[in-house]
Amino acid sequence: MSAVLRAENLVRILPGEVPVTLVNDISLAIERGEFICIMGPSGSGKSSLLYLLGLLDVPTSGQVWLDGEETSRYGEDDLANRRLEKLGFVFQFHFLLAEFTVIDNVTLPIRRLGRLNASAARARGLELLDRLGVVEQSAKYPHQLSGGQRQRVAIARALANDPLILLADEPTGNLDSASGGTVRQILKDLAHEMGKTVVAVTHDASFAAAADRRIGIVDGKIDADWRPG
Amino acid sequence: MRIQLQVALTHLTGRRRQTLVSLTGVVLGVAFFLAVSSLMRGSEQDFIKRLVDNSPHITVSDEVRRPRTQPAERRGIDGAVKIRNLKPQTETRGIRGYREKLALIEAAPGLRVAPVLVGSAVLTFAGREEGVTLSGIVPKTMKTVSTIQDKMIAGSLDALDVNPNGIVIGTGLAEKFNLGLGRNLTVVAASGASRAMKVVGLFRTGNASVDETQTFTLLKRAQVLFERPNRVNRFLIQLDDAYAARAVAHRIEDATGDKSVSWVEASEDILSVLVVRNIIMYSVVAAILVVASFGIYNTLSTIVLEKTHDIAILKSMGFHARDVRLIFLFEGVIIGLIGSLFGLAMGAGLMHVLSLVQIKPPGVSEKVFLPIWWGAQQFALATAFAMTSCILAAWLPARRAGRVHPVEILRGAA
Repeated sequence: MSAVLRAENLVRILPGEVPVTLVNDISLAIERGEFICIMGPSGSGKSSLLYLLGLLDVPTSGQVWLDGEETSRYGEDDLANRRLEKLGFVFQFHFLLAEFTVIDNVTLPIRRLGRLNASAARARGLELLDRLGVVEQSAKYPHQLSGGQRQRVAIARALANDPLILLADEPTGNLDSASGGTVRQILKDLAHEMGKTVVAVTHDASFAAAADRRIGIVDGKIDADWRPG
Repeated sequence: MRIQLQVALTHLTGRRRQTLVSLTGVVLGVAFFLAVSSLMRGSEQDFIKRLVDNSPHITVSDEVRRPRTQPAERRGIDGAVKIRNLKPQTETRGIRGYREKLALIEAAPGLRVAPVLVGSAVLTFAGREEGVTLSGIVPKTMKTVSTIQDKMIAGSLDALDVNPNGIVIGTGLAEKFNLGLGRNLTVVAASGASRAMKVVGLFRTGNASVDETQTFTLLKRAQVLFERPNRVNRFLIQLDDAYAARAVAHRIEDATGDKSVSWVEASEDILSVLVVRNIIMYSVVAAILVVASFGIYNTLSTIVLEKTHDIAILKSMGFHARDVRLIFLFEGVIIGLIGSLFGLAMGAGLMHVLSLVQIKPPGVSEKVFLPIWWGAQQFALATAFAMTSCILAAWLPARRAGRVHPVEILRGAA
């Protein structure tokens, strides 16, 4: 099976006095190297779906297969290890640690994984920053950077442990159109040139236009799933 | 450096002022803990030293605690003969065979022993009479078990050897009789024997009852006066290790059959008061550290609240709850370590200053220094207390940080 990420009958209900169904019986399979956009109106459940696919959240029922492994039997620590090794996240707000320099932010996941020593981790971080065109900023703090630069640093950090899949939640939602275009191009190149699987949630139509495959979500269900052109 | 440690350090240096306040709390707590405990322990040891040094560590007297096993009982097989209401024979004539027993005790290492014959006598001078305790001593051995030689303000114990009719009395008694060194007085023993004696030494211990009622003469002279030739009724024993007194007293009593009382046994009430005093003191000084730990709790709780987003992002990238807890525990440990270090230094400084303080208690002629105990034990105790309260104070915020659920935070931010 070539699907790198697969979901089967995913349901996520937010418990409470009035339970809210965020994701309602979604099944899908994502192939290696795909650049996928999940689209939908606010509150449609597209972010919740992304959190379930990214093992950040646990489904009420249904299964997620990551790289051939069924994940529902995993505990919190096992899920954290999968996130560390196989997944990378980019969020709408860059979420860099304000008190750490750019290079320290990028090497955080590498050092947590602990496979590279400090100098090798730094070299890898600089290489990633270079590839994303922000290597000159490596010694700066996040507040000294522009929004587009921060988001590129965030992408570098998401790529730090060479993940299989990059998950992005509104990566261009907080950027002007020029920076947004750059970020979109970077994500597309990651999928097409480096073979990363990129899953992005967005309601930016121009971003969606660049994707290989678009999935529309309405009220927690898949409304449309198509590959343009 | 471990990544968790680096994050911890960044948090602390990022909030320098609050970190400094927490740190100051620990520093002051440790310093006061040290200063107060060193003073209290110092005064305790000073007290015990006086207690121990001013009286013999062990006193062997001619009393018998338990009656001897009776021959009839020894003959009987397994309780066939049982004698009830047996009392030891009242023995007032002194320690039987004291020379053998003295030799036996002297043979033991790490102790000095002096034989003494104690009795009552009446001193008469210029028409005044005073009842006193007269101890017949051997000056050479007495000096090794008693501080009386150090308390002499005129004459000496050795003068007794020179003048067999000499007597050493306290200043209290001398003032009552209004006499001085070299004057003669009459000593009348309970038996009726009387003898004129010359004052060859005056001592002052500072304890009024000792200064007014204790007198010393040569052992041989006392034996003649009390009509108990070749007898003593006390062994006074001083040990190299005062705290071994209980065990040594036990061995001596087993070997000789004479009642041996150690200073520990004689001062049990005072020692238990000291223990209670220490417990009170340690609870008070530990309370200072508990208050300081609230400062740490406050700082770390604020950091956890402020850094919820950071914690969420760390967890989303694959940090375990344990890693996040570790970050905040590290922060507690760092504050504890640095605080203890500076606290120990400051405490040692305080102890030094206190040790220079001279006080003059009312009614005492000499100035005294505050007794400070420099034992390593209390430095370790202060550090242990500080570290424990810091880690406990960090534990609650750390647990809360470990429970941060990234999705809840991300949902809130989106």
